[in-house]
Amino acid sequence: MEGFPILSLMLLVPLVGAVLCMFVNASTARWVALIATLIDLVLGISLWLNFDIGGAQWQFTERANLFAGFEYALGIDGIALMLIMLSVFLMPICILASWTSVTKRVGEYMAAFLVMELLMIGVFAAQDILLFYIFFEAGLIPMYLIIGIWGGDDRIYASFKFFLYTLLGSVVMLIAMLWMIQEAGTSSIPVLLQYDFPPEAQTWLWLAFFASFAVKMPMWPVHTWLPAAHVQAPTAGSVILAGVLLKLGGYGFIRFSLPMFPEASAQFVWLVFGLSMIAVVVTSLIALVQHDMKKLIAYSSVAHMAIVTAGLFAFNSQGIEGAMVMMLSHGLVSGALFLCVGVIYDRLHTREIARYGGLATNMPRYALFFLLFTMASIGLPGTSGFVAEFISLAGIYQMSSTTTFVLTTGIILGAGYMLYLYRRVVFGEQKNADAAAMPDMNAREWLMLAPVAAAVLWMGVYPESFLAPMRSDIAAIEARIARATPAGDAQLEAGAPRDHAANYMAGEHGSGHGAEGEHGAAEEGGSEGAEH
Amino acid sequence: MDYATSFGLIIPELVLTGSGLVLLMIAAFGGEKASRLVSILAAVALGAAGSLTIPALANGAGGDASMAFYGQISADAFSAFAKLLVYAAAIGCLMIAPGFFGQRRAMKPEYPVLVLFATLGMSIMVSATDLMTLYIGLELNSLAAYVLASFLRNDSRSAEAGLKYFVLGALASGILLYGMSLTYGFTGTTSFAGIRAAQEAGLSTGALFGLIFVLAGLAFKISAVPFHMWTPDVYQGAPTPVTTFFATAPKVAAVALTARVALDAFGSQADAWRQIVIFAALASIIVGALGAIGQNNLKRLLAYSSINNVGFILIGLAAATVEGASAMLFYLTTYVVMSLGSFVAVLMLRNGEGENLETFEDIAGLSSTRPGVALCLLALMFSLAGIPPLLGFWAKVEVFNAAIQAGLVPLAVIGIAASVIGAFYYIKFVKVMYFEEPVGRATKGGSAAHWAILIICTLLISPLGFLLTRGLQAMTDTAAAGLFPGV
Repeated sequence: MEGFPILSLMLLVPLVGAVLCMFVNASTARWVALIATLIDLVLGISLWLNFDIGGAQWQFTERANLFAGFEYALGIDGIALMLIMLSVFLMPICILASWTSVTKRVGEYMAAFLVMELLMIGVFAAQDILLFYIFFEAGLIPMYLIIGIWGGDDRIYASFKFFLYTLLGSVVMLIAMLWMIQEAGTSSIPVLLQYDFPPEAQTWLWLAFFASFAVKMPMWPVHTWLPAAHVQAPTAGSVILAGVLLKLGGYGFIRFSLPMFPEASAQFVWLVFGLSMIAVVVTSLIALVQHDMKKLIAYSSVAHMAIVTAGLFAFNSQGIEGAMVMMLSHGLVSGALFLCVGVIYDRLHTREIARYGGLATNMPRYALFFLLFTMASIGLPGTSGFVAEFISLAGIYQMSSTTTFVLTTGIILGAGYMLYLYRRVVFGEQKNADAAAMPDMNAREWLMLAPVAAAVLWMGVYPESFLAPMRSDIAAIEARIARATPAGDAQLEAGAPRDHAANYMAGEHGSGHGAEGEHGAAEEGGSEGAEH
Repeated sequence: MDYATSFGLIIPELVLTGSGLVLLMIAAFGGEKASRLVSILAAVALGAAGSLTIPALANGAGGDASMAFYGQISADAFSAFAKLLVYAAAIGCLMIAPGFFGQRRAMKPEYPVLVLFATLGMSIMVSATDLMTLYIGLELNSLAAYVLASFLRNDSRSAEAGLKYFVLGALASGILLYGMSLTYGFTGTTSFAGIRAAQEAGLSTGALFGLIFVLAGLAFKISAVPFHMWTPDVYQGAPTPVTTFFATAPKVAAVALTARVALDAFGSQADAWRQIVIFAALASIIVGALGAIGQNNLKRLLAYSSINNVGFILIGLAAATVEGASAMLFYLTTYVVMSLGSFVAVLMLRNGEGENLETFEDIAGLSSTRPGVALCLLALMFSLAGIPPLLGFWAKVEVFNAAIQAGLVPLAVIGIAASVIGAFYYIKFVKVMYFEEPVGRATKGGSAAHWAILIICTLLISPLGFLLTRGLQAMTDTAAAGLFPGV
């Protein structure tokens, strides 16, 4: 299908915006960035509206043989569509979040964000494995600059850690990609998805990809760059980091690791489940003792991402669908939580939880939004978090009930740290006079948070809108990995029917009358109960 | 084969020789006033020589038809590509010199003449198909280079650089000569084709020693570890335009020469030298990366960066395939562009008094005072670090791809993992320019020629450069095929 090159246009708009931003003054740069991201949002919506659900797997494909060694090939399936929507939806909000808080080098800041948007759309739309890698890895440059130039006090350490950690993770994947291209004779992702690599090679390839995606995800124990980066990044940087960049790891697993290396994926289920279980419990416990709001949310991200990885490797469509919804939901919710932190950070310039308190009194509207996103993060029914956790845990349960058990304790812990955070910041007495004097949200902040709140509720009440475009693609992945699906730990089988109930006692009729009150419930359904 | 044909094949070298001699006269009689004219004429001569080289590359010349003087020299596609690269780099170095030396009132017409003779030497180096021709080219280049290194006669560091370069260069030449004599002794010939044929059957211990000494001598010239020690000192001490020249043109020539010696003369014994090259490659990548971390002087840092880059180029050589040679040339091309760009950018940093700045403290917060230069340096550093979407990334992909195709997967994995160490100091460069408070020292500097070269280099390594990869790939493939006449 060669139609209007809408994907290229979506890449071009932020590029033009970024170049413009470099040459204009601060206030013009803000408007240019906002308009460019809004145009991309409109293009994204038209992409979604024109997406033919149940149609061809790859839609809006474009192809141009521009480079040596790889092709400029774009195209999306439902999974990529949803993640592109997430990116273009969050971008204008990020620009708004930085409207007043960023005052130095505004043009370059906005340019960095627009380049970031270009690269994120590119990652999800790339249909050539090397093109994917270029977009995937190029994101390091703007993010490094965003953290390093506009970040907090310890920004240099954080930016170096972010850059080198993620680079080291990715380079080995590049070697694996080159090997795959040589083996399969093509760099086209749709073709590679159908290629069966020998199982021995898959093990190594899987590990190479895992090294990259696990760092990006981030999975325990390679998550340590994330809290550092989040804490130091400006608010909008955190939103993009949590909202979209963390999804690159999950997208990588779903696009490459699972369908390209099914045997190896099955072989390493124990590893993924083990790391996910540790991550959920350990990072939730760490989050409980944080004094820094952003750090707390960063650790909660690691815990949520662990549910994503476990869901992806559940080898069934519920697990993968749940993981996808979790990624979308987490993108919205944690992005919104960072925005909430940003709202009060802009007023008091501290992320220290103890410096706040009793905000419900002077900022009631803010308290309401913050409550909604806290509940969504915990997974309260009616919010997107519930849908995400329920579907993914239902999927994981089919594979491993132990893992599900441990992951569910993580949800309880999650409720613990989020409610504890909320209590300390919003409830209680107003200990600090300056915090008590903060004004409630202004129109710009309404404009940032209200759309996210609406999306969270939409996804919570009617997730079908988001699941429908992805369904056939996830089914295709499930079919692809079916041959390698490992056996789950709960082997349910229908037993032979028994003549009597388990508590049937022959020849003791009437002797148990004294205890009848206690046994009543058990006996009622049993065959013995019928004899009374 | 008559002499007319032979002379026809070496027309670019003849042009360089003739114009070099004429310009030498103009320089001698015209004095310092003539330096501008001589510079321009030298650049024109290089351009003319370059345009005369193009047909060989376009036709994919190779084999016996390209041999001149009974196998002494070969005007094949490989040498044509290397020559074009060398000439382009030399023209760049001629363009940036007046701005630098003019500041010190040290611009002399000898500079372009010496560059021209050095380039002629390189031209012979890359086309040599005989050990004798090779040595003549190498020494012609080296003699000119020693003088260039100490071109600022009144500057003690420049004089030291010249002396150091001379002593160590002479040592390297000695080692090379020793290896060549051993090779000659055990094979009975100095022609590459003859050596190759003599070693088809096997490699005797003496010939192996010859091979090792030849490679060691060449490793000096390309500053590969463990023969890299002179590089930081010479690069730091030499005047910056000369450093730029050293980092680009002679590096291309020496690498191309090494490739020809390894793949042609010793091509039948690739297994014998492969492990040496692999060691030198990995050691260069790691030492180049680790050595750069502690450096505070920008030129010294770029010297370590060039050691690091040679390591990646040698990975392409280790593959010992057409793809590997092609990847080497591709990498060399981007390396020349990146080095030229970054040295020019350093050259453009001057304080209010016009003194050149070359330490990290001086460029703190450069992005506020000189946003244009800082942005170009940012792109160049990320490109050197091999981060997409800059062209340096694709160069690395090419060499690693060649290594993987040759079955050297562990080499590729270790090499690329070590490249992350190198990324550390490249991003430190960016950190100093962008994340630190401006000191406002670098306030001016940069002539129109500097800006032109900097902008061209930055555009070439920017994502736009990817649009050129198809053409460049086709050229490097043709050139590499010229090195493997049998394939």
